[in-house]
Amino acid sequence: MDLSYSEEDLAFRDEVRSFLSEKLKPELAEKVRLGRGLTKEDMEYWHSALNSRGWLAQNWPKEFGGAEWNAVQRHIYEEEAARADAPRIVPFGLSMLAPVLQKFGSKEQNDYWLPRILSGEDWWCQGYSEPGAGSDLASLKTKAVREGDHYIVNGQKTWTTLGQHANMIFCLVRTDPSAKQQEGISFLLIDMDTPGVEVRPIILLDGTHEVNEVWFTDVKVPVENLVGEENKGWTYAKYLLTHERANIAGVGFSTAALSTVKRVAKAVNDNGKPLMQNPHFAARLAKVEMELMALSTFNMRMIAAAGAGGAPGLEASMLKIKGSEVRQELNDLTRRAIGPYAMPFASEALEGSNQPIPDPFDVGDATGEYFNNRKISIFGGSNEIQKNIIAKVTLGGRA
Amino acid sequence: MNFNLTEERQMLSDTLRRFLADKYDTDRRNKILESDQGYSTEIWSGLAELGVIGALFSEGDGGFGGGGFDIAVVFEELGRAGVVEPVLDTAVLAGGLIAATGSSAQKELIESVIGGETQLAFAHGEPQSRYDLDNVQTVADTQDGAIALTGRKAVVMNAEAADHFVVSASEAGGISLFLVPADTDGLSIQGYPLISGGRAAEVTLDGVKLPETARMTEAGKALPVIEAVMARATVAQMAETLGAMETAVRITQEYLGTRQQFGRPLATFQALQHRMAEMLTEMQQARSALINAAGHLEADRNERERHISAAKGLFGRIGRLIGEESIQMHGGIAMTQEYELAHIAKRIIMADHRFGDEDWHLERFLALSAA
Repeated sequence: MDLSYSEEDLAFRDEVRSFLSEKLKPELAEKVRLGRGLTKEDMEYWHSALNSRGWLAQNWPKEFGGAEWNAVQRHIYEEEAARADAPRIVPFGLSMLAPVLQKFGSKEQNDYWLPRILSGEDWWCQGYSEPGAGSDLASLKTKAVREGDHYIVNGQKTWTTLGQHANMIFCLVRTDPSAKQQEGISFLLIDMDTPGVEVRPIILLDGTHEVNEVWFTDVKVPVENLVGEENKGWTYAKYLLTHERANIAGVGFSTAALSTVKRVAKAVNDNGKPLMQNPHFAARLAKVEMELMALSTFNMRMIAAAGAGGAPGLEASMLKIKGSEVRQELNDLTRRAIGPYAMPFASEALEGSNQPIPDPFDVGDATGEYFNNRKISIFGGSNEIQKNIIAKVTLGGRA
Repeated sequence: MNFNLTEERQMLSDTLRRFLADKYDTDRRNKILESDQGYSTEIWSGLAELGVIGALFSEGDGGFGGGGFDIAVVFEELGRAGVVEPVLDTAVLAGGLIAATGSSAQKELIESVIGGETQLAFAHGEPQSRYDLDNVQTVADTQDGAIALTGRKAVVMNAEAADHFVVSASEAGGISLFLVPADTDGLSIQGYPLISGGRAAEVTLDGVKLPETARMTEAGKALPVIEAVMARATVAQMAETLGAMETAVRITQEYLGTRQQFGRPLATFQALQHRMAEMLTEMQQARSALINAAGHLEADRNERERHISAAKGLFGRIGRLIGEESIQMHGGIAMTQEYELAHIAKRIIMADHRFGDEDWHLERFLALSAA
């Protein structure tokens, strides 16, 4: 047991820091810090900067052109990137689809799609959830019927994050309606420029457009876009979910949020004193900091176990629950700290409307972020589903 | 002891609920939320015609109510429908201050407020004051019988629509109140929308010149009346939040009953059943706390404020629970702007950002209890 960084780790951290100070443009970091919406170009810029450095595919094996970082390196990057207000890496191609292709895809698929993910030529989005299939994902209804060399796809996906920027979508589709729920599902790659694909925006409660509905009407998809075997898609989907959870604890985000709350609480007046001296507020903040200190080590332990070949299992569910609780609590505290100035509506939808929104404590859209991050206990398997998983494995029986 | 509403209040409550059920559905409200004005003139006139504004003033002031339970009845219905029209700011806060302490000439405004023709705003909070009532840096400087106000007021609700402002300023070692027409030279407004609907503004007072007749209180003596009217406004806002919580819980109940996952309605999952039970239990606590506060508005200062802080502190905690849990129990659908619950949950959560939040009232309750 050794909780300190090695010489190599420290040298790596210096490398990450100098990369960030060199490549992360101040105006981009400022946008991230204030929670302003990033444009497609902003995200592409960061994708390309990391790719040029060879740091984009952090968890891919070297044989596929990845950096193959160990657990500590990934933790260091996450921590430094969050501290520097770097944009998050858009994960759909890199850390969701790619691991599935690498494990279950054909050589041709890997040779074709992986370089395009790295170069940014393809922007992927995820076609999993449907209006009637949320927590109960396996009840999905979008169907694909084989006709000669094509599948004909009909149905609707929803909550498609950044689908408005994507040209490709990986989808779970039902290929055998007569099979038991999980057994008739296939994993299909669909070009969004194909006739019959339509993307419609969903505006979230904080006024932002980050998710979409994607509709499929008689969409022709070549059979070579099937990943693995027909009707085995659920296995691949579950494998993907373990990767989706890789960064699930959000320790870097929470660490950055903690320092924001502390800064604001020292500056804000409460009853003639700094808010930090309000014992009730201070206690809330101390409690969440205690949780975060433990969560950070919990997260490291799990990354280390996964890196050593241990599949992230129940502990991934636990990390997701605790990570979302900590982050949501910190979002709550920032909103709480700024008092009446939490009320102005600072949505990106208002940008360019010549209405400056007062932000005396320089926190950006703290309230929008609070409302927007209600999603993190809902998506990727809600916290209730994570608890079901833990209970089912530990107690058995029906979950 | 009697916890029933009087016949008149019950009628007002029923009429208002029917009016809003008819005129204020989700589509209509979403259109109002997106409008530049931030509220509907038509709804405002409708509310005035129904007597909703008059019910918030006493007979002596030209209304027909004005008691704590009149306020509670009206605002519970406004909250139930997620109404964003500035009833609280015009009638209870600024209108309440004029009624409580205005000169007889100033009180002539109340008739047109009750009639729905005049909008008001109370410009009191400042960038540095957060929730503290006595932290006023705006100054009133009197020279040769003319008063000049200089300072900045923060997040002033309904400022753009207001025909008159009630403005607080420091003077003579205390706080004074002034009635300022919106078109007075030196008063400027920078408006913006609010995340839970309606609009507010930063108001700058740059040597705003006023005659002595603008004065509402004896110099430096306004704090007690501000506190008393804030107590009424806090009751109004808690009642509104209670109505909104009832709507949030109703929508959630309906959704759990119809939404199927894993082959059965969500309402059959015990994990969710217990959370629903907890929300319903906490809502009864909230209703009881509101009754305590409304029933002590006429009590002496310490007794009144202890009940206000006790109730508002509870509302902070319970509001967050209901706002967050109702979203979580729905899942993604409640995250969308157009779904009714999104607006209602924002109203509930953001209520903690006016008149003091949970921690502020906890601190205040301790101080008042020690006194």
